[in-house]
Amino acid sequence: MSKMVRQFSFLQALAALSIALFLLTFLVVPVVNVIYIAFADGDGGLTFSHFAAFFGISLMQESFWNSLIVALVSVFFASSIALPLAYLTVRFEFRGALLVQTLGILPLIMPPFVGAVAMQLIFGRSGSVNLLLTNWFGISIPLMEGLTGVIFVESLHYFPFILLNLTVALNNIDSAMEESAQNLGAHGLRLFRRIVFPLAMPGYVAGASLVFIKVFDDLGTPLVLNVTNMLAPQAYLRITSVGLEDPIGYVISVLMVGFSLLALWLSAIVLKGKDYSTTQRGGSGSSLSRRRLSTPQSILAYSWIGLLLLLVLSPHIGIVLLSLSKVWSFSVLPDAYTLEHFKTVLVDSPGMIVNTLLYCGLAALLDIVIGTAIAYLILRTKVPGRQVLDFMASSALAIPGIVLAIGYLRTFKGLALPGADDPLTTLWIMIAIAYTVRRLPYALRSCIAALQQVSVSLEEAAENLGATKRRTIQRIVVPLMAGGILAGFVTSFITAAVELSATIMLTTTQSNAPMSYGIYLYMQSIAGRGPGAALGVLAVIIVALGTYFSHRIISSRALRTGIHPTLE
Amino acid sequence: MKPVQVECRNIALAYGKVQVLKDISLTVEPGEFFALLGPSGSGKSTLLRLIAGFNFAQGGQITVDGSDITRIPPWQRNIGMVFQNYALWPHMTVEKNVAFGLEERKLPRTEIGRKVADVLALVGLTDHAHRRPNQLSGGQQQRVALARTLAVEPKVLLLDEPLSNLDAKLRVQMRQELKSLQRRLGITTIFVTHDQEEALTTCDRIAVMDQGVIQQIGTPMELYDFPANRFVANFVGTINFIEGEIAHRQGSAEFFSELLGTISLPAAAAGHAVAGAALAVRPHTITIGADRVPSSGDSPRIIRVVGNILEREFLGEFVRYRIDANGTELIVDQSHQPGNEMFAAGRNVTLGISESALRLVS
Repeated sequence: MSKMVRQFSFLQALAALSIALFLLTFLVVPVVNVIYIAFADGDGGLTFSHFAAFFGISLMQESFWNSLIVALVSVFFASSIALPLAYLTVRFEFRGALLVQTLGILPLIMPPFVGAVAMQLIFGRSGSVNLLLTNWFGISIPLMEGLTGVIFVESLHYFPFILLNLTVALNNIDSAMEESAQNLGAHGLRLFRRIVFPLAMPGYVAGASLVFIKVFDDLGTPLVLNVTNMLAPQAYLRITSVGLEDPIGYVISVLMVGFSLLALWLSAIVLKGKDYSTTQRGGSGSSLSRRRLSTPQSILAYSWIGLLLLLVLSPHIGIVLLSLSKVWSFSVLPDAYTLEHFKTVLVDSPGMIVNTLLYCGLAALLDIVIGTAIAYLILRTKVPGRQVLDFMASSALAIPGIVLAIGYLRTFKGLALPGADDPLTTLWIMIAIAYTVRRLPYALRSCIAALQQVSVSLEEAAENLGATKRRTIQRIVVPLMAGGILAGFVTSFITAAVELSATIMLTTTQSNAPMSYGIYLYMQSIAGRGPGAALGVLAVIIVALGTYFSHRIISSRALRTGIHPTLE
Repeated sequence: MKPVQVECRNIALAYGKVQVLKDISLTVEPGEFFALLGPSGSGKSTLLRLIAGFNFAQGGQITVDGSDITRIPPWQRNIGMVFQNYALWPHMTVEKNVAFGLEERKLPRTEIGRKVADVLALVGLTDHAHRRPNQLSGGQQQRVALARTLAVEPKVLLLDEPLSNLDAKLRVQMRQELKSLQRRLGITTIFVTHDQEEALTTCDRIAVMDQGVIQQIGTPMELYDFPANRFVANFVGTINFIEGEIAHRQGSAEFFSELLGTISLPAAAAGHAVAGAALAVRPHTITIGADRVPSSGDSPRIIRVVGNILEREFLGEFVRYRIDANGTELIVDQSHQPGNEMFAAGRNVTLGISESALRLVS
């Protein structure tokens, strides 16, 4: 009789449709447009001539190889930092666990292009370290020169992505996995190679591919370090100097998207069928057994961590010193201190701080609303095409900020909202939307993970006791997801706050500029470095406070409910 | 509240090509404690969820006191369900969990408070009202789940393997509590379990399910004493099958086997006498002795067969022998009492099988 029971409601379909429309307008169409222009011959046909032209320019060839090398070498160094740290905290009884956790968060709360300026003051040719070395030993290390500088800054900034993923993966390995291997005769390095490493591999690969993409797409760091012979800076320079019509900018965009996709695809291949996280732990299993460190091992471990902490903290220390210094050049430490820069920033550009809070708050809010909706549609409904939503939203991960911005500028060129004089592309809302789209993949993963932890029977129990679908979502699903949703909000907010590549393209007036743009602008001149640093310090404080409070709220919730959201 | 009758008519459900429920029909009488018993994958939980409204059947009808509820969403059915994992909401206290359904029904605050207190007293958790679920033991969580469901005074109570997450001792205690509570409230209850002992001890009637089909419905004793087929005979208790051939003779039928010779089947059993049928006999109904006792004019007739002990297991209340009787393997249970002789492996023994204990199963 009831053969054709509809498997989804009108409201669910409406939600799916609205999200699809949003993603089509602000992600798919602009990006497809960029790709199309890279291949269009101007007469409606397709051509490879722009690509040929691109590879015909030696600067472009050089930029291409430079970007690839910088990304790969950065992954290598980031791994070298992260692997020992992760192994140390998970496998040994180790008092420094808190230090390592701090190490894992500190770099993330400082935008890499802000750190780059400070790093130059400390490690640059006439920075503190080299001044000391020259004074004492008559040598200097060209750590901040050219590509080396970019690699140095990026490795130190992005290694936490590998550290966090790897630590989670290692912690998820049930001790029974290791014990059964020992029981069957494996131990030592063999045990590590055959059991521990393969089980932790997915975590490492996920982190490493993320680092590759982030470094490959980063615009701010090379620009600030004045390294322009890389792809992202070239795309920016071509579009801003030659113009929006220059096909080379689009070719670069396609290459950047292509390599991001390649990295994601490769990691997907490696990870295929290897998501052990859900199967290997029955809930009460204990983690890998920990060993004691011997005294020499302890000394080695603590020195290594101490050195890293110093390196990781150097941009923070540098930026604080810079923000407080009257003059700082050709000296180990600033010659005189002042609070003038903070005053300048607070008087000149309080609007930037407000803008950052507004844009990023709005973007993060949109992200968790869309993220929660998609998570619910995927995991709890049978709305047709729900997987496509997930795919569309997640694909934003492979789209560099600069590519998205170019897509917006091109696609919405000449359009204006009805009743408004200004073109659409000059409105601040476009910056917020770009943030929303760019950060959606992270928020979405956070929301999906949160909803996966809510057993379906918890919802069925509510329906069984008389709660409708809507009431169940309101009273059961959302409260139980709250930790994960909050984690998603904070991740979106803080990463958007330090986003530069889309910002730099879409900011058209001083009054529209968020802090990240302001910092970049200030940093362009020697005189602006002080105020720029002051603004950077304020950005770091905002981000750090956000991280700290969300951590507090989430862990106290986890204690009460036993639900642990995963922070991306 | 007046107890209600629940009826399933010709329920059919498939996931893709897999038929999960095939033409299920059963009636649960008002106030009855009814069990759906079967191995995992038999479709018993699916049927329960269908009654609760969490799934849609491709065919068939479910009625409560004659009115069709097939198309009613779960939140309007007023059929309470206790979930296997209890499904207690971790972000709410015990009190809040129990109050939930009453709040959804928009009852006045004072009435909610009174009902919550009543039902918590009923399950003996008054002192735990302000705890959170993760601060309770397994047994306590189970009681909260029950209290939460009973608070809304549902027409029907569904229990999805409610005891499976408890340890053995607690399980026995809880099933007795469950039974006396059900008797006291008189609520029509459907209980899903894979544990035959649980079903036999607590329920008024049982539907045995396998592969999406109801194999037999009956009281615990009917199922045990008169299993309809090999599956039921084997799933409910332990049993021996004796293979043989059936010969029909003018309205009556005879069963011939190497082991027992020719046995004439009673007229009632003759109807079941289809090809492939076997005789079944429970291990505890077979007697075991050392000496050769000649068959005599017992009434009912006792058939003597010779066997050789293959293996002996001691289970406390009884000793279980695996015996080779003329090529047929039989399991025989002998109650463990002073004076009963024990037999070692390799010994020859004489078994006594009462004709009245033999059952024909298809």
